[in-house]
Amino acid sequence: MPELLEGSQSVARAVAMCRPDVVCAYPISPQTHIVEALAGMVRTGKLKHCDYINVESEYAAMSVSIGASAAGGRVYTATASQGLLYMTEAIYNASGLGLPIVMTVANRALGGPINIWNDQSDSLSQRDSGWLQLFAADNQEALDLHILAYRVAEELSVPVMVCMDGFVLTHASDVVEMPTQEQVDKFLPPFTPRQALSIEHPGSIGMMAGPEIFTETKYLAHRTMLSARGVIEKASSEFEAQFGRVAGQLVRPYGDTRADDAEHRPAQSDEIVVVAMGSVLGTLQAVLPVLRAEGINIQLLGIGSYRPFPNQRLVQAVGEAKRVVVIDRAIQLGIGGVLSDDVQRALGSKPVTVDSVVAGLGGRPITEASLEDVLRRAAKGELEDLTFMDLNQEVVGEAA
Amino acid sequence: MVTASAMLAQAGFAGGHQVQATPSFGSERTGAPVVAYTRFSDAPIRTREPIIVPDAVIIQDPTLLRSINPFQGMAQDGWAVVNTRESPDEVREGSPDAPSAKGHLATVPADDIVREYLGRPIPSCALLGAFAALTGSIKLDAVADAINRKFKGKVASGNIKSAEVAFQWVKDHAGHEDIGAPNGIEHVAADLPSEEEMPAPIIGTPEVVNA
Repeated sequence: MPELLEGSQSVARAVAMCRPDVVCAYPISPQTHIVEALAGMVRTGKLKHCDYINVESEYAAMSVSIGASAAGGRVYTATASQGLLYMTEAIYNASGLGLPIVMTVANRALGGPINIWNDQSDSLSQRDSGWLQLFAADNQEALDLHILAYRVAEELSVPVMVCMDGFVLTHASDVVEMPTQEQVDKFLPPFTPRQALSIEHPGSIGMMAGPEIFTETKYLAHRTMLSARGVIEKASSEFEAQFGRVAGQLVRPYGDTRADDAEHRPAQSDEIVVVAMGSVLGTLQAVLPVLRAEGINIQLLGIGSYRPFPNQRLVQAVGEAKRVVVIDRAIQLGIGGVLSDDVQRALGSKPVTVDSVVAGLGGRPITEASLEDVLRRAAKGELEDLTFMDLNQEVVGEAA
Repeated sequence: MVTASAMLAQAGFAGGHQVQATPSFGSERTGAPVVAYTRFSDAPIRTREPIIVPDAVIIQDPTLLRSINPFQGMAQDGWAVVNTRESPDEVREGSPDAPSAKGHLATVPADDIVREYLGRPIPSCALLGAFAALTGSIKLDAVADAINRKFKGKVASGNIKSAEVAFQWVKDHAGHEDIGAPNGIEHVAADLPSEEEMPAPIIGTPEVVNA
């Protein structure tokens, strides 16, 4: 039955339905409501057989998560922004040890200057960490992805970040469909670790790997990451079959109505393709009918899995299109958009122009009017390689 | 404030609308201005942009009328509820962008009402009652239901009573605006569903947010 819930509350409930053994997190906006809700469920006994562990920092939160996961527990944590950076050293160890931890990243800008609002710089800074990164377009997908994430993480023995735009989704109240506990139990069997620390059978993990084996270790980790594409696709189609909803598609075509989604075909040579990730896909859906009514042939693709990056699916979906516009919510200083780079690399063999549009940094609202304007210019071939949407020219001293 | 926006959405959801409520956090200190947005629609709501041109505003802190213009961009036949002892015409005098259409601007002394029935100066629920009376886009019953989902015991009953009193206040005073309440109010209510979206920013003071 549909309910109106704040994004953080629906995610917390979905995580609880995954029956975690340990939840360990350090509060940071905009993730706090999620872990507060889970702490409340543990305290009141609504979430049974689960330890909620208070720690002094994000570094400790990830370290405790690593320990709990290595001991065979199903583990959940959440963070954002500088909190994610603070746990970075441990993040690489979690993936290196093959621990299927699921972590929500409530995407938030990285300082300085300090800024609490949304962009995607934080999790994208961890793109090489060996964690999967799944991105939610809306609050329904955010809660569904957590269920899917445990399934994928535990099958692969690899940790997963579920990324949802901070405030824009975490603090928005939306109508969502909560699954039942029975449904989740059917989709997500109890966690059986491939190996676990045990007092009866002592062993060591996290040994040093010397030059004679380090390359091979990374090769295998890369191969696992590549195989994750198939694992995510299989889990996503099983999820759809069981829950009747789409979640975790590697590349998802969006229409301006849900009916349009099913009719997707590879783009034609006279179409431009917009590629984006996260909640901006909703606003882009709202502008599609406006632009189409003006005669602009336009298709919208959402990246559901940033790591692994869905090269092949993207190439298929882009089809014969000659122009791709990437809406990027993060920037690599001195280079350009972050997602744009991945898109460019994936489409490298195709005769296609990739326009990079950096938008919505540090919580700057992404409006329909600005998206319409930038996409009209893209359709006329007027965009530069790199565009900063809504840049205030006066502030940067480049006023005409 | 943020809670009121979510409760407004809950009341709209109960009335069969698609809804979305989004707070917009500013400076993280008590007393700073805060805006929260609520959308109603008959179609699924995809957009995530903040509401730029509201159809309706609820102003919780009337001192903001002297520092910002919460009516900016509104149509003259938009809808507004202001928490103040002043009359609608007194508000219009200081705020030229306030809705000029008769019966579209309601003032209600919500602080006085909640001080009496709730015992604390949190006027959000009273203002939702007033909004229900002014626009008819949400039902008073649905406001009470939303309050019961959020609060318990005396806080719930005090807020529900405050909403009822504010609702009646607007009904009783609407006549001064020459719209012939209660029939006028019902007429107003009948007009609303034709709007594709009924966004209502709520402007007031924030709850504390941790960083």
